[in-house]
Amino acid sequence: MHPAYSVIFFTTASGAGYGLLALLGLGAIFGAAFPQGPLFCIIAFGLSLGLITLGLLSSTFHLGHPERAWRAFSQWRSSWLSREGVAAVATYAPAGLFGLLWLAGFEGTIVWKALGFLSAVFAAITVWCTGMIYGCLTTIRQWNHTLVAPVYVVLSAATGLVLFALLMQSFGAGQTWHVGLAMTGLVAAGLIKVIYWLSIDKEPRDLTIGDATGLGRLGTVRQFESPHTQTNFVQREMGYKVARKHARKLRLMCLLLGFGVCFVACGLTFILPAWAATAWLVIATGAAAFAVVVERWLFFAEAEHVVNLFYGTPQA
Amino acid sequence: MTSLPTAEERSGKKLGLVIDLDTCVGCHACAVSCKEWNTQGYSAPLTDENAYGADPIGAWLNRIHSYEVETQDGQPNRTVHFPRSCLHCEEPACVTVCPTGASYKRAEDGIVLLNPDTCIGCKLCSWACPYGAREYDPSHGVMKKCTLCVDRIYNEHLEPEDRQPACVRACPAGARHFGDLGDPESAVSKLVAEREGYDLLPQSGYKPVNKYLPPRPRRMGAEDEAGDRPKVLETLGVGDGSLTDQFFKWADKVLSR
Repeated sequence: MHPAYSVIFFTTASGAGYGLLALLGLGAIFGAAFPQGPLFCIIAFGLSLGLITLGLLSSTFHLGHPERAWRAFSQWRSSWLSREGVAAVATYAPAGLFGLLWLAGFEGTIVWKALGFLSAVFAAITVWCTGMIYGCLTTIRQWNHTLVAPVYVVLSAATGLVLFALLMQSFGAGQTWHVGLAMTGLVAAGLIKVIYWLSIDKEPRDLTIGDATGLGRLGTVRQFESPHTQTNFVQREMGYKVARKHARKLRLMCLLLGFGVCFVACGLTFILPAWAATAWLVIATGAAAFAVVVERWLFFAEAEHVVNLFYGTPQA
Repeated sequence: MTSLPTAEERSGKKLGLVIDLDTCVGCHACAVSCKEWNTQGYSAPLTDENAYGADPIGAWLNRIHSYEVETQDGQPNRTVHFPRSCLHCEEPACVTVCPTGASYKRAEDGIVLLNPDTCIGCKLCSWACPYGAREYDPSHGVMKKCTLCVDRIYNEHLEPEDRQPACVRACPAGARHFGDLGDPESAVSKLVAEREGYDLLPQSGYKPVNKYLPPRPRRMGAEDEAGDRPKVLETLGVGDGSLTDQFFKWADKVLSR
């Protein structure tokens, strides 16, 4: 599948934003020691809602008619894309109120905690819907997999945890468990992705060009002539092969240079003074961003659409 | 509404095409005729970009593939021309994934249509379709698909014989048939039963309405069937390793110097 840059940016940026929002909400319930004063609140919500909003806006860039995007809220009964749109917009309500109450000094009240909880739930639902947009497509073996939606949620949580640790640390409120939790999230992200990759590698590629055309009953089928001299939309969108041959290297880069470097950078904060810890968490954030962008790129590039069989791919 | 019509809502009518892979000659007349009709009809415009340049691209609703089949049962190998367009599935995933309601399946005749005025061009329907039936038209910013010539088949301004899809009307080989596949007594249903018509990728679960008729087995001559087909190469003494063959190979080598 062709990796659209706007969709890669959207899913990774808003994923991290929803992860951070959910952690602020959960932190409110479980009584995390947030820094006092409005500045933390402004920066924290600016960062999480900013990432979410930028991501959502960028996701409209690949539309043929962005001005009609509002119509996408209507078909939530059948469409995961519509559900994602509804959930994404609905999240702004509890999240906005949660932030406003915080700013207004209602920190610690039961309403504030309830809104934090709702923000976390809505954030999780939105990211789950994003994963299901891909997970429900039976035409792409690598996407129609039980782990696809969980991967989206775990990676969103992991990147959110790194951002949360950086935010707390840079306000001088960093605690060991913030970084510890981020490191746990990174291990979970790396693990679930490795399990997913091993699983899609192991699945049989048992559909052939003979099955697609139904001509397999006569014998071995090969493409004799393409229907058109140049590639068409279907081939450009669904027949993307550029990164696939580098998949193994890119997977290793994602795991080692991405999640691995992020994990080590987080670990180093335990033995360094506070100012250096912040710097290392900035590096960790950069590495986490690198990891999820490479992961998302591969998610598209490694996806093989069944329609390619009609265009001469022997197996899918 | 992208929820599919329920069993009660559906009329039982399933309009669709039956494509005969035995008689299709791969002339692309159906694709050209489709393009010509639909670039001025319901799906208009059906644009080509850089049409006369080195790398043209455009939205077409019908594509004609050609495959070669290496047979295993003594039949001659063969070329099969294979038109591919929307199959107007009974359970179309392209419709249910649509976030806007632009895609829909008609309860009255089963045609899968797309409203170009509400489509946002997100392309998700093209990802959901295993048959590559939907193409994006960049000049219009919306998806395009086969309408089963909904603007012809009910059009009372046309002569009765023209009230069928443009591709069916254009086919010079009689390889395309249009009718109600929900009615077991219709001509197309009988044809499917008689020729053992099949679904494309039945395991996808989308229950395509369009059917494909498999190529018939080739008639073999009496000699072939008796297994004593003349061994052409041997009688000419070419490539069989005989003395004559070795001589000609030697001569060829000498003369090639």
